[in-house]
Amino acid sequence: MTLNLTLKVWRQDGPRDAGRFETYEANAVSEDISFLELLDVVNEDLVAQNREPIAFDHDCREGICGMCGVMINGQPHGPLRGTTTCQLHLRHFKDGDTVVVEPWRAAAFPIIRDLVVNRTAFDRIVMAGGYVTAPTGAAQDANNIPVPKANADLAMDAAACIGCGACVAACPNGAAQLFTSAKVAHLGLLPQGQPERWSRVNAMVQRMEEHFGSCTNHRECEAACPKEISIDFIARLNRDYLKAQFKDRRQLLRATDVASEE
Amino acid sequence: MVSRTTPGGGGAVAVPGAHPRQRPRLWLLDFYGTAVGKKAVMAITGIVGLGFVLVHMLGNLKIYTGEQHLNDYGEYLREIGSPIIPETGTLWLLRAILIVAVLIHVHAAWSLTQMNRRARPTGYQGPRRFVAADYASRTMRWTGVLLALFIVFHLFDLTWGPANPNFTRGEPYHNLVESLSRGWVAAIYIVANLLLGLHLYHGAWSLFQSLGWNNPRFNLWRRYFAIAFAAVVVAGNLSIPIAIVSGAVD
Amino acid sequence: MTALDTAPATTTDLDSHVPPGPIAEKWDVHRFETRLVAPQNRRRFEVIVIGTGLAGGSAAATLGEMGFNVKVFCFQDSPRRAHSIAAQGGINAAKNYKNDGDSVYRLFYDTVKGGDYRSREANVYRLAQISTEIIDQCTAQGVPFARDYGGLLDNRSFGGAQVARTFYARGQTGQQLLLGAYQALMRQVELGSVALYARHEMLELVVKDGRAVGVVVRDLVTGAVTSHSAHAVVLASGGYGNVFFLSTNAKGSNVTASWRAHRKGAYFANPCYTQIHPTCIPVSGEHQSKLTLMSESLRNDGRIWVPTNRDDRRSPNDIPPEDRDYYLERRYPAFANLVPRDVASRAAKRMVDDGFGVGELKNGVYLDFKEAISRLGRGVIEQRYGNLFDMYRDIAGEDPYRVPMRIYPAVHYTMGGLWVDYNLMSNLPGLFVIGEANFSDHGANRLGASALMQGLADGYFVLPATIAGYLAGQLGQPPTPTSAPEFKDAEDSVRERVNSLLGVRGSHSVDWFHRQLGKTLWEKCGMARNADGLKEAAREVGDLRQRFWQDVRVLGENETLNQSLEKAGRVADFLELAELLCQDALHREESCGGHFREEYQTPDGEALRDDERFAYVAAWEFKGDGAAERLHQEPLDFEYVHLAQRSYK
Repeated sequence: MTLNLTLKVWRQDGPRDAGRFETYEANAVSEDISFLELLDVVNEDLVAQNREPIAFDHDCREGICGMCGVMINGQPHGPLRGTTTCQLHLRHFKDGDTVVVEPWRAAAFPIIRDLVVNRTAFDRIVMAGGYVTAPTGAAQDANNIPVPKANADLAMDAAACIGCGACVAACPNGAAQLFTSAKVAHLGLLPQGQPERWSRVNAMVQRMEEHFGSCTNHRECEAACPKEISIDFIARLNRDYLKAQFKDRRQLLRATDVASEE
Repeated sequence: MVSRTTPGGGGAVAVPGAHPRQRPRLWLLDFYGTAVGKKAVMAITGIVGLGFVLVHMLGNLKIYTGEQHLNDYGEYLREIGSPIIPETGTLWLLRAILIVAVLIHVHAAWSLTQMNRRARPTGYQGPRRFVAADYASRTMRWTGVLLALFIVFHLFDLTWGPANPNFTRGEPYHNLVESLSRGWVAAIYIVANLLLGLHLYHGAWSLFQSLGWNNPRFNLWRRYFAIAFAAVVVAGNLSIPIAIVSGAVD
Repeated sequence: MTALDTAPATTTDLDSHVPPGPIAEKWDVHRFETRLVAPQNRRRFEVIVIGTGLAGGSAAATLGEMGFNVKVFCFQDSPRRAHSIAAQGGINAAKNYKNDGDSVYRLFYDTVKGGDYRSREANVYRLAQISTEIIDQCTAQGVPFARDYGGLLDNRSFGGAQVARTFYARGQTGQQLLLGAYQALMRQVELGSVALYARHEMLELVVKDGRAVGVVVRDLVTGAVTSHSAHAVVLASGGYGNVFFLSTNAKGSNVTASWRAHRKGAYFANPCYTQIHPTCIPVSGEHQSKLTLMSESLRNDGRIWVPTNRDDRRSPNDIPPEDRDYYLERRYPAFANLVPRDVASRAAKRMVDDGFGVGELKNGVYLDFKEAISRLGRGVIEQRYGNLFDMYRDIAGEDPYRVPMRIYPAVHYTMGGLWVDYNLMSNLPGLFVIGEANFSDHGANRLGASALMQGLADGYFVLPATIAGYLAGQLGQPPTPTSAPEFKDAEDSVRERVNSLLGVRGSHSVDWFHRQLGKTLWEKCGMARNADGLKEAAREVGDLRQRFWQDVRVLGENETLNQSLEKAGRVADFLELAELLCQDALHREESCGGHFREEYQTPDGEALRDDERFAYVAAWEFKGDGAAERLHQEPLDFEYVHLAQRSYK
């Protein structure tokens, strides 16, 4: 089976250039190819016509690296739930459809070119505290600390985040709560993550808010997440953040330091 | 626009558009300075609001038990705690709490809206399709603004009187019936209460998330609660203008 | 190519620097004898790491923790994207938590045997020793490994082993291990001990007086070409499976960093050892851009078959048992559907080549769960393979609960890579190579769940210990200034290359050339190879390479993000590697592991090694464009594991 699609793709030469939609026809493409392969086909055509191909981010093309991701008809990663752009196949479109393709839009994700955005802000959130301080070589035997299976499983649910940015793209507020909360929950649910639990949530929330909007519980992120990460983790982030106000000794010490400086 | 680079210096770590925050010394202000903190504050002030609209609705239902009953209730509110507390003292305390809660609620909403606008200065150029965000959640700031305007009107109408030509101080039953007998006023009240319903429908669920009250045991019930709460308050409130306009109460 | 018709010039001068003594003590003794860099001196050293997968990410994080000044580069937008993330199955470790007789020695033994006796014993033993520490380290980092109800770590068994030693995190083990390393790395970036350069690609290694002293990189966003100097350069840039165009590798995976180093003098070892994974989803059409692997565990319950009639057009469920050929069960009654990867792959290829393939393009074989579903119930199958079945349905558009899956082998991993000694240092002093980019531990075939183990062993434990031995000798010497002529020359050559790629303005896209290259290699240097085919392939590749430089069309400019330009540079390097790959495959006149020469097989079609002539590592030295590469042999001695023919009948 093949289909004919009309694509309206956002083209933008550089971060500071004005962008515009350009329209391309993709004729008789197989319904078995993925959405990124559709862009490949369009690009081959463009190169044949001596026009510059569409820039888009992608790497593993099996739904795990988190590099790909565009708005497809107003939805991050397109209409199929729990799916990255690279795993979206054309059989989910109808012959004759017009498909609008646009990059993620957020101040923290500036457009580099066409559909490619800079997601370094996510890295910065992790830098602020999304880790367990466990220098190489310092570990004891892995089985010394048992972890209840249910906790480990829940931590894994949160850890499944691929950092693609669809949550931010989907959020009407441009908030990164789902991304941040997934990391906070992953580490906060495990015994290994306890020593830094409160300082982590404080630091990550502060860093997150330097770049992103605020969560007002639209739940749009959860619906867009290719790994179907739950907003339950956002509630958990909020709870941990509230508790951290009283439990983060680093911050409490800071308060006493400030007082004693005077 | 502030550009930040970490000490590591790798060009790739610099992100344009970051907004680092000056952290105030006072803890509560620092906490309120974060969006997560503001949302918690909005949830708590929202709970104050929920309590108020529920009690307000229940009190108003006294209209159905007669003029005297409602007027006495109005008088009682002024005298709570009297004579230990001076007359209207408790009422003003409650009013103060309510006013402060509303002001903080509005300030937090305004400031988060600014933050969110800054987080996406350029919106999507193509059409958006929402999957989970419902009408109520996406219109919170507009229902909020309209409710604020309505509250001002409501105060002018039934508390202070200028918006009500037949206003008589101390006679709430009379004022209520006189005001709502005007068709356009009844319409305003009906529309405002529907907006209130939308606002409550999202708010009464959302506050659980914002305060981190989330557990598989009761997660489903949070939504039921929000629906029931919004429905009860709106139904109680709507019954009054309808009853007055239809002549069931006069 | 005349080089192919004559035996390569050969020397046996490679010193692997394996320490003397009993194998179980080598690493401890070596660590003690290796020179150290004292903590207060570490900040005087600059180290460059290329790549942020399991090997590079863990190495950069660890070196940063230790106090070295590290610069780390990756071509992706974030270190977390590296292709290690796609590994599904698990990571081996000789913990013996299952009390089923596992030990460091057994893991060592299995790995050497699984590698078809073409790996270096001392390295493999060290790998097995370190495997247990990796699990400890990753658990401490918060990697959510699967657990039993008692809260202790769970294990599963994997191909090529009779013990359950594989640790896993659902079907996303690679992802979780990589995120652990990434998080440790980002902590160092925040602390300032590691400088991170994402969207930067290494395009040249800088060598001065025979030592690696730095790299030249291109900023993929701005096109800026810059030099970075260091006391040591660590390549962790992964394998070269994408030379076949279609593979299970990520689209961006490339050989450029390794190949650029090879052109500067680093030897490339055993390029012909490429692993084909038997259970991937077959190509669906000409626009296919990559292949997707389905975990090998599916063969535990699925039965593999093809119709006995080549022209059988019936739907698979309508084909009665007597018209089906369960060819693995027929040919290998003892192991049946569970024969090793290479055997299963070649058998499938034979069926498809003989015209028995299934599907619209007749390019796959059936993997049928009907019997397992009726025996165990759909629920059990769903529990075991649910996510894989979903993935298959998404990609192939068919429901594997009702219709048999179609599978076909695909290129998956490359055992070959830059030659390194026991210290993981290449023949160029100062150039270290870790992870899939080196050749060291898997011999001619890698066992399942061993790639993650090797990447992390190299990055967390081996390299941080051995690199100090090299750096200690450089104490007091500042890194070479980037104003040195060697850096200027390297920068000039990068710019020149970029300009010439942009200047061709030919008629075919980069992908077109890559597809042609892949087709040639897959047909003639893929799962089964023969001398004539390899010679042909080498000629075709040579012609294609010439044509590439005359006819490739790379649009746009250098100064912006230009993905065609990035790809063009990578394909140009693949075109050069491909010739060496054919040459290596041609010279190795035996079959072993992932390298199967049709001329060298047992009467019943199994791989036939020639230990007399080929029990060595073939390390190739670049001798200039157009000149034949020189072969350096490192003989392999097997003191502990006894050479034997593998049999799965």
